[in-house]
Amino acid sequence: MNIVVCVKYVPDATADRTFNAADNTVDRTSVDGLLSELDEYAVEEALTIRDAGEGEVTVLTAGPEQAADAIRKSLQMGADRGIHVIDDAIHGSDAVATSLILAKVLDRTPYDLVLCGMSSTDGSMGVVPAMLAERLGLPQLTLASEVSVDGSTVTVQRDGDVATQTVEATTPLVLSVTDQINEPRYPSFKGIMAAKKKPVDTYALADLGLADEDVGLSSAWTRVEGLQARPPRSAGTIVKDQGDGAAKLVEFLAAQKFI
Amino acid sequence: MSEVLVLVDHVDGAVRKTTAELLTIARRLGEPAAVFIGLGIDNAREYLASNGATKVYVVDSADMTDYLVAPRAEALAQLMDRSRPAAVLIPSSPEGKEIAGRLAIKTGSGLLTDAVDVQAGESGLVTTQSVFAGNYTVRAAVTTGTPIITVKPNSATPEPVAAEAAEETFEVTVSDAAKTARITDQRPRRKTGRPELTEAAIVVSGGRGTGGEFGPIEAFADALGAAVGASRAAVDSGWYPHAYQVGQTGKTVSPQLYVASGISGAIQHRAGMQTSKTIVAVNKDEEAPIFELVDFGVVGDLHTVLPAATEEINKRKG
Ligand SMILES: Cc1cc2nc3c(=O)[nH]c(=O)nc-3n(C[C@H](O)[C@H](O)[C@H](O)COP(=O)(O)OP(=O)(O)OC[C@H]3O[C@@H](n4cnc5c(N)ncnc54)[C@H](O)[C@@H]3O)c2cc1C
Ligand SMILES: Nc1ncnc2c1ncn2[C@@H]1O[C@H](COP(=O)(O)O)[C@@H](O)[C@H]1O
Repeated sequence: MNIVVCVKYVPDATADRTFNAADNTVDRTSVDGLLSELDEYAVEEALTIRDAGEGEVTVLTAGPEQAADAIRKSLQMGADRGIHVIDDAIHGSDAVATSLILAKVLDRTPYDLVLCGMSSTDGSMGVVPAMLAERLGLPQLTLASEVSVDGSTVTVQRDGDVATQTVEATTPLVLSVTDQINEPRYPSFKGIMAAKKKPVDTYALADLGLADEDVGLSSAWTRVEGLQARPPRSAGTIVKDQGDGAAKLVEFLAAQKFI
Repeated sequence: MSEVLVLVDHVDGAVRKTTAELLTIARRLGEPAAVFIGLGIDNAREYLASNGATKVYVVDSADMTDYLVAPRAEALAQLMDRSRPAAVLIPSSPEGKEIAGRLAIKTGSGLLTDAVDVQAGESGLVTTQSVFAGNYTVRAAVTTGTPIITVKPNSATPEPVAAEAAEETFEVTVSDAAKTARITDQRPRRKTGRPELTEAAIVVSGGRGTGGEFGPIEAFADALGAAVGASRAAVDSGWYPHAYQVGQTGKTVSPQLYVASGISGAIQHRAGMQTSKTIVAVNKDEEAPIFELVDFGVVGDLHTVLPAATEEINKRKG
């Protein structure tokens, strides 16, 4: 099975994530970034499915120059090749535009399975996989916590809000996986060396038949009107339990009318 | 006045509280029109009317429940064509967001997810979102098409008003392409008797510090009438089901009161609870980052503090 894994390069969640003052977009360059941890699960699952049969795993990202790091990490884990869509006009793209770019690449890449993470750790919309399925006219098997592949039939378990569902479809299809699905591997030394020789194709928007104004900030269907750092919470009361911690806690809860 | 479509969140007609919240928000923006997809309208009719729905569109085709997400997006797209609404409000569950995403593409409309507030501004609707683990508040607007907005639970206080809900059965044509991801089995989650995690006014969560013992967490939660949550460390250890995980890859909660016990307060956990009104922590390490967030904190062992507090609360309640 040939698999394309969509991966995103995101600012490190443990760093001070911020916005570009000029245009209110997410700052992806001055804050250290990495392969979105939630996309590691997708890469891992792709490798598992590949290794149970045959085929290739291609990792696909749309993002700035540094996003090459996300591809490199995936190749080190064991993916076979990379595709990097890189173009200044992509800056500020929302999920609608991102899904358009990814869909255009997929239109010219052979695959049986498109694999995504459950959501990106920066935007956290969790909508790109559904949008891809919509654009490509493919079955949507999303938010899988278990996957099994039998020939061209893919069956997943999806842990919904009120019920756990079993959902089934045939390839080609779009699959997204949650962080419950596997334990992503660490790149081995061998993997790190091998990655250096793996091919990475780069595309500009024009290569995909897209114009600058099809994507990016100015063409987004939404606009940020303003943003504000959350005021720091005023320091709370902290007591050390010396046998009276529970009593003080209950006092506080009662004073706040929670009891 | 234009309609504002509200996708009803329900299980077999048992409507969840988020729907009342969405109808309340819809009333600020136009005529609240509920969209009821699936079976069980007989159980839902009164609830929708008493929460201000002036119209109820009912879509009861079996395709809606036999296949994942796509048929619901088609139903809403066809309804938008018919009703020409001022906006579409959808509950911000994982499924709600996926429906909204497909609907945005289908109708060429801008999408805003995870709104915690929606107001009518001078040049259209303005949403408020909380991003980067709650560290920033963003105000945004849709500039193209009909605003499609997913709204988080607890974003409004329901204001019930009786309305005459005119009911209309809406026939949807579902394409073959939307009938490809078939739901072959459905196993409802076990009921706990506690409030729904994302809707609860009080949430009591346990982490690695419980050492796997959730008894004190549950007892304290029950004394307060609260829902129980867990950190990922507790879930990954197999101590509590994933459905109760709070955080970036679990549920986002925004209750009146959040109690974190034996939870350090990692950024990914904060992402799911930082917008709670009042935050309380019990942790034996006074350096734990969770204490940066709290209104009230107890440095101590949860295994002694919680049971004593539970006893005291139960005594007060008589
Ligand atoms: C992509 C990604 C997504 C993630 N998503 C989530 C998520 O959705 N939700 C989530 O919670 N985490 C998530 N995490 C994990 C997160 O980074 C932390 O590892 C996790 O939240 C830690 O859980 P904890 O606080 O229970 O455990 P720890 O960090 O180990 O903290 C345990 C705390 O308990 C205290 N303690 C110990 N014993 C006692 C006692 N007897 N009484 C009182 N206190 C005691 C300790 O002092 C300590 O502060 C995610 C991580 C990644 C990388
Ligand atoms: N810029 C991007 N490049 C490649 N894949 C992406 C990009 N953005 C999102 N994705 C994929 O879509 C998933 C969901 O992202 P999101 O909808 O942004 O939360 C991610 O886990 C990725 O698999």
